[in-house]
Amino acid sequence: MFQVFGIPIQALLGQLLIGLINGSFYAILSLGLAIIFGLLNIINFAHGAQYMLGAFIAWMSLTYLGVNYWVGLILVPLVVGAFGIILERLMLRRLYHLDHLYGLLLTFGLALILEGLFRQLYGVSGLSYPIPDIFQGGVNLGFMFLPYYRAWVIVASLSVCFATWYIIERTKLGSYLRAATENPELLQAFGINVPLMITLTFGYGVALAGFAGVLAAPIYQVTPVMGSNMIIVVFAVVVIGGMGSIFGSIVTGISLGLLEGLTKVFYPEASSLVVFIIMALVLLIRPAGLFGREK
Amino acid sequence: MAKKRFLTAFGTGLALVMAVSGASAAGLSDGVLKVGVMTDMSGAYSDLSGPGSVVAAQMAIDDYGGKVLGKKIELTSVDHQNKADIAANKAREWFDTGQVDVIADLPTSSAALAVMEVADQKQKVTLISTGASTKITNDSCTPYNVHWTYDTYALAVGTGKAVVANGGDTWYFITADYAFGHSLEGDTSAVVEASGGKLLGKVRAPFPNTDFSSFLMQAQASGAKIIGLANAGADTINAIKQAKEFGITQNQTLAGLLVFITDINSLGLETSQGMMLTTGFYWDRDDETRAWAKRFRERHKNMPTMGQAGVYSALMHYFKAVDKAGTDDSAAVMKAMKALPINDMFAKDGYIRDDGRMVHDMYLVQVKKPSESKGPWDYYKVLRTIPGDEAYMSLDKSTCKLVKK
Repeated sequence: MFQVFGIPIQALLGQLLIGLINGSFYAILSLGLAIIFGLLNIINFAHGAQYMLGAFIAWMSLTYLGVNYWVGLILVPLVVGAFGIILERLMLRRLYHLDHLYGLLLTFGLALILEGLFRQLYGVSGLSYPIPDIFQGGVNLGFMFLPYYRAWVIVASLSVCFATWYIIERTKLGSYLRAATENPELLQAFGINVPLMITLTFGYGVALAGFAGVLAAPIYQVTPVMGSNMIIVVFAVVVIGGMGSIFGSIVTGISLGLLEGLTKVFYPEASSLVVFIIMALVLLIRPAGLFGREK
Repeated sequence: MAKKRFLTAFGTGLALVMAVSGASAAGLSDGVLKVGVMTDMSGAYSDLSGPGSVVAAQMAIDDYGGKVLGKKIELTSVDHQNKADIAANKAREWFDTGQVDVIADLPTSSAALAVMEVADQKQKVTLISTGASTKITNDSCTPYNVHWTYDTYALAVGTGKAVVANGGDTWYFITADYAFGHSLEGDTSAVVEASGGKLLGKVRAPFPNTDFSSFLMQAQASGAKIIGLANAGADTINAIKQAKEFGITQNQTLAGLLVFITDINSLGLETSQGMMLTTGFYWDRDDETRAWAKRFRERHKNMPTMGQAGVYSALMHYFKAVDKAGTDDSAAVMKAMKALPINDMFAKDGYIRDDGRMVHDMYLVQVKKPSESKGPWDYYKVLRTIPGDEAYMSLDKSTCKLVKK
């Protein structure tokens, strides 16, 4: 059998596919962060907690209200997004004239409160969200067994990523958004409601986290700490891609997932480190990130 | 300004007075027996120890009547956050100024070992229930420590031996890459090989880790009949869940080497059915355990884990020993603890060895199918009772300095 560094090529293909799945989670989470940072200049440390919130609300709506997965996939991001909007209106808005650091501290505090609240209510071992019936089982690709649900994760998250990129970079609405970042006063002078746009953009970024949470619920155990496990890696992804670069965050998310997948085969002990090693290298060589522009 | 200076001076004076009176109270054998539960109140192990262990300790105090030798028994607790440095500092503070006589529970082996060392210097008793490493009763043993509930050796013997005997003779390990994981993997490998099994490989997963699919595929490719999970808590839960997702459990069997009943509860029987594991306590074993567990559940939302039941049992035994010794002097109490047999809902004819190991029966159980379970928390079938002397490492293999050979 054909081998690469002693690993059969088929095993390698399987690992790459798994890397792609994890990469699509990184992509969708870092995309939300990148939008919020790139367009609003807020470092949203509560992103992980909002991802966790998405998974928990999905679980609660299934368990207490019998809302199925598909409805949850639409409804939960809306609820989490609405939570984001309230947060922006009531709290973050008051911090815009201050340094970024204040927004970071506020969102970090909120993340801790949310995490603590769910820990108090449900404990740390977490809850199980069943895989939807339609995705039970999987297909044997010859080199690996691909659960249908994981295939769906790739499709769903890549479509959402692409749609978001398209809206921001290729539509009129997106051009307003980008203009609002560059020069809010001027845009407002053209009769556009900039504060509303900012609120909705923040809500959308947070809704993306909620969406990722619903996608993740059937795969990972739904626990209060699932977000804080993820958020650090996702921040590293955003830094590598270039803070605020929409396209950069998607591409970086996926490629780092792949790279992590390879590390798990060749040197598993380092698989939780590899993202941070790349981050350090990128910061040394290109401080603005791979796809970022120096300001 | 003068007023402010006055207030500062007044405050300082008051603080000094309080400090002095506090110190004088701690001087004598202090009129109170104080129990400290040091545990993980909010981290990865808080469901299997944590607040439930505090409840168990309070139950022990209440059941003993709240008094020993005519003195009041008090309870205090602290979150050591699974960090050895925090645990050691807190233990020192408790012993020096907090009047604490005994520390119980101590999940996370590194934290438990750090506290044991402090307690040894201060000559205070430690009762380890949730900490797992065999180092506790070997290289690092102390004269003031008892290791109550289980250890990695007992888990390895219980699960490893039984699985090989059932035909699971080829193994692949997915190991959490830190001291505990290595210890569990090492102990189990030895048992598997001694029982005639074969090791086909292992992968060291970073700790903590959420996505195990990559490691599971490597385990699958090895063709081993058994995939040994040398990890704990959330790592085990995610690995089990994803093994089912990837269809691995159709041809291979998982052996969870450290699984608590709260893990099964959060996984659900659908996902965890058929798995074999070793435990030091199961609530639904006999009338006595059921009665105790029922009372526990009235105070705490879950059924007790073996760690929590161990905290109760260890403290009850400690109180009896204080009564018997007629003093809270640690050396005398330890002597009494080792002399008294342990007979309660947790252990039958349990006894404490020179190395601090409490020897009691362990149970090999299998997780029920959803159709076999009659209701919430009805999770295990007890396959075998493993006699204490078989479950724990024999004294002549011990490297503890207190064991006379």
